[in-house]
Amino acid sequence: MTQDLLPQVRLRHWGRWISGVLIVLILLALGWGAAQGDIAYGDIPYYLRSPIILKGLVGTIVLAVVAQGVAIVIGVLIALMRISHNPVARAFAGAYTWLFRGLPVLLQILLWYNLALIFPRLSVGVPFTGLKILDVETNAVMTTFVAAFLGLALNESAYMAEIVRAGLKSVDRGQIEAAQSIGETPTQRLRRIVLPQAMRVIIPPTGNDFINMLKGTAMASVIGYVELIRAANNISSFNLQVMETLIAAAIWYMVVVTVASVGQYYLERGFDRQDRRAGPPSLRRRLALNLGRPPMVRSPQ
Amino acid sequence: MNDPGLVLDARRITKAYGDHVVLNEVSLQVRSGEVVCIIGPSGAGKSTFLRTLNHLEKPDSGEVWVGGEPMGFRLRDGKLHELSERKVSAQRARTAMVFQHFNLFPHLTVLANVMEGPVRVQRRPAAEVRAEALEVLGRVGLSEKADAYPGQLSGGQRQRVAIARAVAMKPLFLLFDEPTSALDPELVGEVLTVMSDLAAQGMTMLVVTHEIQFAREVADRVVFMADAGIVEQGPVDQVLVAPREARTRQFLKRVLA
Repeated sequence: MTQDLLPQVRLRHWGRWISGVLIVLILLALGWGAAQGDIAYGDIPYYLRSPIILKGLVGTIVLAVVAQGVAIVIGVLIALMRISHNPVARAFAGAYTWLFRGLPVLLQILLWYNLALIFPRLSVGVPFTGLKILDVETNAVMTTFVAAFLGLALNESAYMAEIVRAGLKSVDRGQIEAAQSIGETPTQRLRRIVLPQAMRVIIPPTGNDFINMLKGTAMASVIGYVELIRAANNISSFNLQVMETLIAAAIWYMVVVTVASVGQYYLERGFDRQDRRAGPPSLRRRLALNLGRPPMVRSPQ
Repeated sequence: MNDPGLVLDARRITKAYGDHVVLNEVSLQVRSGEVVCIIGPSGAGKSTFLRTLNHLEKPDSGEVWVGGEPMGFRLRDGKLHELSERKVSAQRARTAMVFQHFNLFPHLTVLANVMEGPVRVQRRPAAEVRAEALEVLGRVGLSEKADAYPGQLSGGQRQRVAIARAVAMKPLFLLFDEPTSALDPELVGEVLTVMSDLAAQGMTMLVVTHEIQFAREVADRVVFMADAGIVEQGPVDQVLVAPREARTRQFLKRVLA
C-alpha cells in the first residue's frame, strides 16, 4: 500500500530574476553607449589581418614562448640548487630569486638594453694570457629581442624556481624512499619518480605565468621590439587610428590567451588521467553539464 | 667474510637523533633462506634498524655487510672509504624493501611499478623483465591488475604489488617494515599469505611486524627489540613460547592479552 503525498510548490527565486534582468539591461546600455563612440569599428577586421599587426603577433608569441621555455629550464635548476645539500648553491639560489623577483621587469629590460653604456664590448678570455675566445660589440648582441628576452626570462625564472620547488616538496617522502629501495640513483629518482608527480602541482601556476608572460611582452615595446602594441602604434602613428589598432591588438591578445588557457586545461587533465585520480571533465562535457543537458559526448570508459 | 651463506651481517649499529639514542650497538646476522621476524614495543628502534640495513638511514657508527660488501663503503687497504650516493644506490639494488605505506609509484601502472627497478636500475632487457614481472604478479595473485594504476587498488592489493616490486629485484634479502600496519583488518590476511608463500619458497626475509601469530607460523628466528637494542633472539619456541627475559615476557603478555 502506498501513501498519498501532497503536491509541492517550488520556491520562486524572484531576486535572481530581477538581478538577472538588471545585468542584461546594464550590458545593453553599455553596448549602446559604445556604439555612439567616434570610432571606425568597421576598420578593425582589416587591422586584425594587417601584415604589420600579424608581424607583431608573431613577435609577441615568439618572445613569450622562448622566454617562458628558458625560464622553466633555469627555474628547475634554481629550485634544485635551493633544495640541495650544498650551502653555497642554496645561498646562490636564494639570492638569485631575491634579485630577479624583486626588480620590475621593465627595469630589467631597460638595464639589459643599455648594457653597452657600461660594457661596450663583451669578451670571454683566459685571464693573464690575452687570449680571447669571444669578443663582440655589446650593441651587436643586445638586440631589442635579446634584451626583452633576458628581462622577461630571468624575472620569470625566479618565479618558476618557486613553483618548481613547491612541486618538488609536494611529492611524498615515501616516493623517494621507494625509489631508493630499488636502487635508483639521485638523478633517476628525480627524473623518473619525483618530477612526473611534481608536474601536477607545477603545471597550473606555470600556465598562469605563461599567460602573464604573453601580456608581459608588451613591455618590450618600450625598447622598440615589434610585438602587438608596438605594431599597433606603428600603424596609428601614420593614420591616427589609435583605438582601432589597439582594439585589434586587444582581440589578438584575447585569442592567444584563450588558446593558452585551453592548452593548459588539457595539459592538466592529461597529467590527472595518468594518475587515475578523478580529473576535471573535458571542456565540451563541462559545458554540457553546466547547461543542464545530458552530455553530448560519450563518456570516456 | 668467508661464509657465503651469510647474506647480512650488521655489526654494532648505532644511531641517534640529537640526544635520543635510537639504536645502541645493535648486531644481527642473517643467513640465506632465513626468515627473521623482529618484534617489540613501538619506539624500540625496529624500523630504524631495518632502514639502516639498506642505508635509507645512515648509521652513526657500525657496519652493514650485505653479501660480503660493506654497505655505503668500499674496503681498501684495511679501511672503509665512504661511497657517493650514486654508488650506494647500486649497492641498494641488491636488497629490496616493502614499506608500511606501500609507496607505490602512483603515476605508473602496476606492471611498470614492478618493472621499474629491473629495467632502469639493473638495465635488463624490457621484454625479459616484462615476462618475469607478470610471473611475479601471478605469484601475488594480481596478474589481471597489471595495467591498473595503484589508485585503483585496495590497500591489500597495493601491498601485494609492492611485494612483487621488491621480489622482481631478485634481492639477496627482502626487508619488510610493518607491512600490514596500515591495512584494514580484513585485508591483512591476503598480504600475510603472500609473505608466507615467499618464505616457503626459500626467500630470505627480515620482517618488522606486530603480527605475533605470523611470526609464530613463519619465522625461523624471532628477534625481540626494546630500548634501542636486541633483548632476546632465538627460535620461535624459545622467544615466543618460553622467553628467558622478563622484558620479553612482559611485552608478549601485553600484546597477546
